Amino acid sequence: MSELTLLLIRIAYLAVLWIFVLSAISVIRSDMFGARVPETARSPEPRGRESKPKKPAKRRGAPTHVLVTEGSNAGERAELAEAPILIGRGSDAAIRLDDDYVSTRHARIAAAGDQWFVEDLGSTNGTYIGTVRITQPTTITLGTQVRIGKTILELRK
Amino acid sequence: MSQATGNPLLGFVHRRRRGAELFLLVLALAVGIGAYAAVGIGVEGTVPADLVGYGGWLAALVIVAHLVVRATATYADPVLLPVVAALNGLGLAVIHRLDLTEDTGFAAQQLIWMTIGVGLFVATLLFLRDHRILTRFTYTSGLGAIVLLLLPMLPLIGNEVRGARIWIRLGPLGFQPGEVAKVLLVVAFAGYLVLHRDALALAGRRLLFVDLPRGRDLGPILGMWLISLGILVFQRDLGSSLLFFGLFLFMLYVATERAGWLVVGGGLFLGGALVAWQLFSHVQTRVNVWLDPFSYYGPGTNDTAFQPVEATFGMAWGGLLGRGFGGGDPGRVPFAESDFIMAAIGEELGLTGMMAVLLLYGLIVERALRAALISRDGFGKLLAAGLGGVFALQVFVVIGGVTGLIPLTGLTTPFLSYGGSSLVANWVIIALLLRVSDLARRPVPELATVEEAGGDDDTQVIRVAR
Repeated sequence: MSELTLLLIRIAYLAVLWIFVLSAISVIRSDMFGARVPETARSPEPRGRESKPKKPAKRRGAPTHVLVTEGSNAGERAELAEAPILIGRGSDAAIRLDDDYVSTRHARIAAAGDQWFVEDLGSTNGTYIGTVRITQPTTITLGTQVRIGKTILELRK
Repeated sequence: MSQATGNPLLGFVHRRRRGAELFLLVLALAVGIGAYAAVGIGVEGTVPADLVGYGGWLAALVIVAHLVVRATATYADPVLLPVVAALNGLGLAVIHRLDLTEDTGFAAQQLIWMTIGVGLFVATLLFLRDHRILTRFTYTSGLGAIVLLLLPMLPLIGNEVRGARIWIRLGPLGFQPGEVAKVLLVVAFAGYLVLHRDALALAGRRLLFVDLPRGRDLGPILGMWLISLGILVFQRDLGSSLLFFGLFLFMLYVATERAGWLVVGGGLFLGGALVAWQLFSHVQTRVNVWLDPFSYYGPGTNDTAFQPVEATFGMAWGGLLGRGFGGGDPGRVPFAESDFIMAAIGEELGLTGMMAVLLLYGLIVERALRAALISRDGFGKLLAAGLGGVFALQVFVVIGGVTGLIPLTGLTTPFLSYGGSSLVANWVIIALLLRVSDLARRPVPELATVEEAGGDDDTQVIRVAR
């Protein structure tokens, strides 16, 4: 094997190595922001069907109800079996809160797959998990404290 | 609702990118199989006879892994698996190259270990459909880690190799349980910290620069950590002790967002290092060799610096483009196939190849931290950040040691070094990272919206100070 061939193989292999590195980086670059979802695809058409959300499978350790742990309505609870659960001051809310800082239809707890989500329904004062005001449906698990006005709710077994 | 439209990122969802992953995997196979072919040409003058069989086996492993990701983690990160496949393929080729000069059979064993590793990778993805299940095993995995670390101390299966009692031997099979304990400890720390992070960060007294948490909050995790650290120091495995120490601090810092932990940890590290230097003669040797390697090399000395000095010679000879596979003499460095594999790569692929490898490691860490950033649950964040952190720390400690930046400690180079336990544990780490990133990148499920209700006018507005 001549020196030249060995040199070419050497250079070629380093080139292959770097082509791999650079294509990995370019995949990351194009992956940075994801894909924009067209508005039509985002508003789901099956809204008219009103198909009931699938109940999460009963599992050991799965939450069964929402409990108000702090605030003027402490102790009030709603079964997760009746999801989605509406929270607010309105009379149609599953958990009705007598809290001046809570909107009529304030937030909602719903299931998707075997996860539970809390979603703010455009309330005035917002829905907080910890100190963070949520802007999109956010996963909650057992014991996650959801703050609405002066009220704190959490999922319980 | 105005907030939702205000955030420009909300209109985006992550794509699946499985096609991009496949494309990168093909390139990764080119890296792995190309290296094997180049080794054959460079060392023996011909393309190796078993190239098709070897390449086929590697390709089959990678394709199985890809198909399982496609089936069970549709939204997982597209870069992690190819990068790992490329590193593992390159490592196999370099080990094979060292086998050819030293007449050993490590590459074949490593290929078997890789097969086991991919098997565990597949099993992890298949059986762990949601990483949050691991929170149930917080204390179990903490206990498991301690038991695993204790195993080498047992009389029958424990085995002392080169001064460190960190091996267990069951018949022909040697195994380093510390590597698996590493993964278990990350799971235990993440599960504990996600529940107690607020208490750790907020309750407690302030002492000098740092808020000291209450004993009952820090106690369990501190105990878990001190026990494992004590075992490692007792077994004289300083590399792993450093790794576990750094892992603990890193996760505490990530969980509590208190930079004071890093100051305290740095101080503790300096204190611990000083004590270790006083107590252990081999620590003094390591530091002396690091500071002045050439006075411990050559005739008239006891040659303690033989390994790092030969590695330095090799890397210097490699230069910018390397000697090419077969053109160097990496066999001069003892244990070039395990601890010092980066020296072999530096010699035969040069700075160019070494930088590519370092960048690949950087990409793995970056993708881990990215998964942590976009993960929607606290446990996933801590798990991904912890796994990425332990990976970064290990790469830094071992490559820093080989290149002479820091004193040398014995740790394996992830995916490159010969060593079954490390390879298997790292494949599981990658599977866990893919699982976290899959759940993080999956679009938020569409919850049917309730029609807008009026009559919110009487709601009082909270003045938020921030």
